[in-house]
Amino acid sequence: MVTVLERDSELRRRAWDAAASVVDPEIPVLTIADLGVLRQVALDGDHVEVAITPTYSGCPAMNMIALEIELALERAGFRRPKVRTVLSPAWTTDWMSEEGRRKLRAYGIAPPLALSSRRALFGEQAVACPQCGSDKTELLSEFGSTSCKALWRCKACREPFDYFKCH
Amino acid sequence: MPSANIQVSETPLVLYALRRADDALILGHRLSEWCGHAPMLEEDMALSNIALDLIGQARELYTYAAKAEAKGSDEDKLAYLRDVRQYRNLLLVEQPNGDFAQTLVRQFFYSAFADLYWRAMMTSRDTTLAAIAAKSEKESAYHLRHASEWIIRLGDGTDESHRRAQAAIDHLWTFTGEMFGVDEGERALIHAGIAVDPASLRGRWLTTLSDIAREATLELPQNDWMQQGGRVGRHSEHLGHLLSELQSMQRTFPGLTW
Repeated sequence: MVTVLERDSELRRRAWDAAASVVDPEIPVLTIADLGVLRQVALDGDHVEVAITPTYSGCPAMNMIALEIELALERAGFRRPKVRTVLSPAWTTDWMSEEGRRKLRAYGIAPPLALSSRRALFGEQAVACPQCGSDKTELLSEFGSTSCKALWRCKACREPFDYFKCH
Repeated sequence: MPSANIQVSETPLVLYALRRADDALILGHRLSEWCGHAPMLEEDMALSNIALDLIGQARELYTYAAKAEAKGSDEDKLAYLRDVRQYRNLLLVEQPNGDFAQTLVRQFFYSAFADLYWRAMMTSRDTTLAAIAAKSEKESAYHLRHASEWIIRLGDGTDESHRRAQAAIDHLWTFTGEMFGVDEGERALIHAGIAVDPASLRGRWLTTLSDIAREATLELPQNDWMQQGGRVGRHSEHLGHLLSELQSMQRTFPGLTW
């Protein structure tokens, strides 16, 4: 009995690690575990089912992420893995790991601010520049290169940068 | 020859989901028409991003409607194989983009409503609808912020932008009443705790509009005669043209898949 349980948890860990290695195709420094998109890995015998949650309803990266998870699990020796999308609880940037925030900043994207109001008009948030660290920054556009980002500019170093929106 | 359209069994729950899905799809499609044409690059990206959110919401709602109907339909069939009279969206969302002000006023009217509506729907007794609402609410709040800022910029901008924003408000106002009406089937869903009574949100919707309009030096019309018909498939002449583009691939090559 003990060995069966140990085998199960070992398998689950292997499955989790395989799924967690998948990166966001649009921000390849972040894994889906860093993002909080990977919700659950369930094991039934040798069969694996992975639950993921979309960041935004229309995020076009989700199909690719699901496909990459299946491939990663097959490579790790799991046959016919399943990927399921769950909507609830709704994804929030609060789930992004500290490691994820650090990696984002190093990549040149300002990480999401905690507790910033989604309703405050005209970008009255203090987003620090990921290049030079200055907080003298301004919003250029509410929407950036992907659903999850806004476009900002640093007034100190004059560099434009992406800000991962609080959601 | 068999009809190319699918027939949907419109139980109150199916119809409920279809109406919200159609709102999101048609408005999302309208916004996507700006892709490559918006007055500036930032807005091109903004409108396309909002379109993406709305089409994502539509997909969830169509998938739910197909499941509720339980006749083997799916999101693609519901979007591509219904004719104009089978569409159940609000007249507001199918109105042409017009100029930039008209697009943003339409977005402002809708987002101010959607923001309140989805927030209220988060406590629906139907767990799937509550989950869709929780995602949509976050997105709608952001859309509302974007539209509100533009209403203020345009209204309190130049004489020209003010004139255009006011004209758009006057033109689109008559399409806003439909958001707050429900039929008998939906009334039953409201009593069952599955849906929310939109009429209960009208006061707060009006407050949002008045606050922004005041800051934008714009005026809301006083007339309360409202157009309606979209919810039962009586549309303006614009929707058929929109669908002919949206559905053209599937109509030309039936059963086509990528």
